[in-house]
Amino acid sequence: MKTTNHQMATIAPDTIENAGRRTFLEAGIAAGAGLLLGLRIGPVPAADTGHAGTAPAAAATFAPNAFVRIGTDDTVTVIVKHLEMGQGTFTGLPTLVAEELDAAWDQIRAEGAPADATRYNNLLWGSAQGTGGSTALANSFEQLRKAGAAARQMLVAAAAQRWQVPAAEVQVKDGVISHHAGHSARFGELAEAAARLTVPTEVRLKDPAQFKLIGQPGLHRTDGPSKTDGSALFTQDVRLPGLLTALVVHPPRFGARVKRIHDTEARAIPGVERIAEIPSGVAIIARDFWTARRAQDTLRVDWDETDAMTEGTAEILARYRELAKSPGAIARQDGDVDAALAGAAQVIEAEYSVPYLAHAAMEPMNCVIEPTDHGIRVWNGEQFQTGDQAALAKVFELAPEQIEIRMLFAGGSFGRRANPASDYLIEAAHCYLALRARLPVKLQWTREDDMRAGWYRPLYLHRIRAGIDSKGRPVAWDQRIVGQSIIAGSAFEPMLITDGVDQTSVEGAANLPYAVPHFRLDLHSPQLPVPVQWWRSVGSTHTAFAGECMIDELAVAAGQDPVAYRLRLLKNHPRHLGVLKLAAEKAGWGQSLPKGRGRGVAVHESFGTTVAQVAEVTVRKGGQFRVDRVVIAVDCGLAVNPDVIRAQMEGGMGFGLSAALLGEIRIEQGSVIQSNFHDYQILRIDRMPEVEVHIVPSAQPPTGVGEPATPVIAPAVANALFAVTGQRLRSLPLRLSP
Amino acid sequence: MLTLRINGTEHQLDLDPAMPLLWAIREHVGLTGTKYGCGMAQCGACTVFLNGAPVRSCSTPVSVAAGGEVVTIEGLVKGLGVGALGKVGQAVRTAWLELDVVQCGFCQSGQILAATALLAENPDPTNAQIDAAMSGNLCRCATYARIRDAIRRAADALV
Ligand code: FES
Ligand code: FES
Repeated sequence: MKTTNHQMATIAPDTIENAGRRTFLEAGIAAGAGLLLGLRIGPVPAADTGHAGTAPAAAATFAPNAFVRIGTDDTVTVIVKHLEMGQGTFTGLPTLVAEELDAAWDQIRAEGAPADATRYNNLLWGSAQGTGGSTALANSFEQLRKAGAAARQMLVAAAAQRWQVPAAEVQVKDGVISHHAGHSARFGELAEAAARLTVPTEVRLKDPAQFKLIGQPGLHRTDGPSKTDGSALFTQDVRLPGLLTALVVHPPRFGARVKRIHDTEARAIPGVERIAEIPSGVAIIARDFWTARRAQDTLRVDWDETDAMTEGTAEILARYRELAKSPGAIARQDGDVDAALAGAAQVIEAEYSVPYLAHAAMEPMNCVIEPTDHGIRVWNGEQFQTGDQAALAKVFELAPEQIEIRMLFAGGSFGRRANPASDYLIEAAHCYLALRARLPVKLQWTREDDMRAGWYRPLYLHRIRAGIDSKGRPVAWDQRIVGQSIIAGSAFEPMLITDGVDQTSVEGAANLPYAVPHFRLDLHSPQLPVPVQWWRSVGSTHTAFAGECMIDELAVAAGQDPVAYRLRLLKNHPRHLGVLKLAAEKAGWGQSLPKGRGRGVAVHESFGTTVAQVAEVTVRKGGQFRVDRVVIAVDCGLAVNPDVIRAQMEGGMGFGLSAALLGEIRIEQGSVIQSNFHDYQILRIDRMPEVEVHIVPSAQPPTGVGEPATPVIAPAVANALFAVTGQRLRSLPLRLSP
Repeated sequence: MLTLRINGTEHQLDLDPAMPLLWAIREHVGLTGTKYGCGMAQCGACTVFLNGAPVRSCSTPVSVAAGGEVVTIEGLVKGLGVGALGKVGQAVRTAWLELDVVQCGFCQSGQILAATALLAENPDPTNAQIDAAMSGNLCRCATYARIRDAIRRAADALV
C-alpha cells in the first residue's frame, strides 16, 4: 500500500530495538502471559528520508513493536498506542491485529500502551507519541496488521513443531489452529511454545480479498461492556491510598495574577491540607472534592490586573475587521486575482465569522500525579505523551523516562487533552509540588474551570470576494482569514508554520477543491492573550463554513442548483464527486418538500477523508427552526470498521451541529461570560436530527473518521436555511431573524 | 453518622450532611460509575435512583438520601437492590451493547439510568417522549441517534 514508505521512515533508531524487544519477550514469559510479541518490521527504503523530526533512514532500518499479547487463557490483548476518547480506536486498531491473526473477535481485548515513543510513536508524527488529526487508524494500518501477521506466523510455527507437520499445512480460523490430520489447538495452548520462537523479520499480509473482519459490520466495541456497567476507568475515577484532591482558583481575566490570598477561613476547614499560590492561580488541596469545594467557596483572592486583558469579543471582531482591510501573509496564489475580479461579470463579497468555542468534553479536565520510587506516575486521559512527558520532566527536574504515564479512557477530548502547553498537567504538577508531601494528588477541574480557563477554538473572520463570468462560472476567488494562530509558540511551529502562515489556520481553504483559475488566500494571525487550541477538525471548523457557504452564494448568483454547480467544478476531485452524488441521491435532492422546509448541502475534505452532508430543515414563524434529517456520505478509503465509521459520522455531525446552533464563548473585558452548560448550551437529544450514513466503497488506504464529519454540518444547515428563507447567515451560531 | 443504602448494601458514613450524594458515592463509598459532569443538575452524568426515581446526585445533599434506597449503574447492572427495575435495566444495557451506543462513555451511566426510568414508567415511548425524557442527559459525543434506537429496541425486548 501507498502508506508503506512513509511509515517506515518514521521508525526510531535501532539502538533501542534489541533491548526493548528482549525485555518484552522475557517479561512476557516470566509473567506466564504466553506469547508477548516484540516485532521488528521490515527494511526502510533508502530513498525515503523525507519526514521532519525523524532519524535518517539509514539509522532507522529496524524498530521494535510490541502490540500483541496472547495469554495462555486464550485472550489476545492488543496494545493500543492511541487514546480512546470515544472515536473507537480501541476497536479499530484491534480489528487490524485480529484480522491478520485470524482471531475470533470475542477473544480480543484492548489495552492502552505506556508512554514510550520508541515503540509507540505516531508514524505520521515522526518520533512523537500522541493522538490527533484523525491519524490513529491511518498510521497503524500496516503496523498492526504486521504485528498480527507475525503473531500468527509464530503460532503456526509452534503448531507445526508440536504436530510434526509442515507449517504450510497448518490453518488458522476464528482463533483455532488446526491441521487436516486431526490436530487442533486454541491460541492459548500454543502461546508459550510460540513465545520461544524467533520473531520473524518478514511477514506476509493478507490480500484484501481475504479479509474476514475488516469491513464487516457486527464487531462490537471492545469498550462497550465496561462503559455500560460503570467499570471503565477515567481519570476522574482514579483512587489511590492517600489520594488528595486539588482544585484551582483561576484568574477571572486572562493575564491577571495573584496579588493576595485571603484564606484564613478556608484553612480552618477540617480536611484542607494546603492552600498555595501556583503559577496558574491558587491551589486548594484537601482530603476530598467536597472539602476542597467548600474551601474554594470561602477563599477570596485579590488579583493584580496590570497585565490583564481588557478586550472582549466585540473589540476583537472590530479589530479583525480593520485587519482584514490590509493584505496578510500569502497562503496560496494562482493567476492574477485582481485582474480577474476587475473583469468579472459579477463580484460577490461576503464576510463570515465564527466565535470562540470551548471543547467542553463531558469529563472536565483532570490529572493525577503520584510519586513513585523512580520518579512520577501520571494518570490521565493521555493524548500527547511525548509533549507531556517533556513538559512534566521540566517541572519536576527529572528525565522524561522518569515520567511514567498511564493512559486512561478520556471522557471526550475533541483535541483538548493534547494541549500544546500541557496546561492542566503542568498545573497538576504544581499542585503536587505545592503540597510538599509525597502523596498522590488529583487535580480536578470543575465544569466552570473547564469552561473558563481558556484553550478555545479561535474566533475567526473571513472576507471573501469572488467573481463569476457571464455563464456563472467562478473566475476569481480572493479570501482573507484573520484569527489567532494555534500553532505559534508550540512544538509544532517548525513543521506547521511556513512563510508566516499557520497551515492549520488555512487548511480547508488553501486547498479549495473547486476549479477557480485565479485564486488568492492570505492570512493575518494577530496575537491575543486568549489561549487557543485545536478543536475537532481544527482549521476546517471555520474554513468549511466560509468556503461551502460562499460556493452556495455563487451558485445562487449564477442561478444554478447548488449540487449541480459544485459537481461541475469538482471534475478533478473524484472523491468529492463520489460523496456529493451519493449524499444528494440518498437525500432525494431535487424532490420537492412542503412549504417551510428545505435542503442544504456541503462537501468538505479533512484529514484525507471526504464527507458530504445534506441537511433538511423546517423553519417556523418567528425564525425558529429545526434540523430534521441529515444524510451523510463519506469516503475514508477502506472501511475497516463500518459501524465505528457510522458512529463517528453521526456523533461528529452532532458535535458540529451543536456549534452551528448553540456554541459560543463570549469574552467581555478579558473575562469569559459562560461558565457551565446552562449558558454554554450543547446539543441535547431533542435537537438531534435523524441521521443516515452512507459509506463509499473503496480499496484505498484507510483515513481517519473522528473529525471529518464535524465541519460539514454548519454550512449545510446555513445553506438549507437560505433555501427556505432567503436569509444568508454568515456567522455562527446560526440565528434567523424573525 | 448517617446511613446510606446503596445497591442493597448499608454504609455508615461520617460526612457533612450538605455534601452532594455524588461525592459520597464516588469518594466515600468508592463507586465511580456515577460521574461528575457539571455539578448543577445540567448534564445528568451523575444520575442515580433514589427510592426508585432518577435524581441528580450532584445536587442532592447526602442527608436527603440517608435512610433511602440508592441504586447506581453498578447496582442496576448487577441487579442489586433494584427490584423490578432490574429487568428493565438489563434490557436497556443489552440494547446499548447491541447497538454500540457508547463513544467516550462518560455520560453513559446516566443515560442508561435515565432510559431505564423512562421505560419503567412508559414501556412504549414515542420518539417525542424519548426526547422529552432524555433531554436532561447531555452527550457531548452526540450518541443521541443510537440512544433513541436503543431505547426503542429495549422497549421491544421487554414486551
Ligand atoms: S453532574 Fe449532576 S447533572 Fe451534571
Ligand atoms: S458518550 Fe461521550 S459524552 Fe456521551
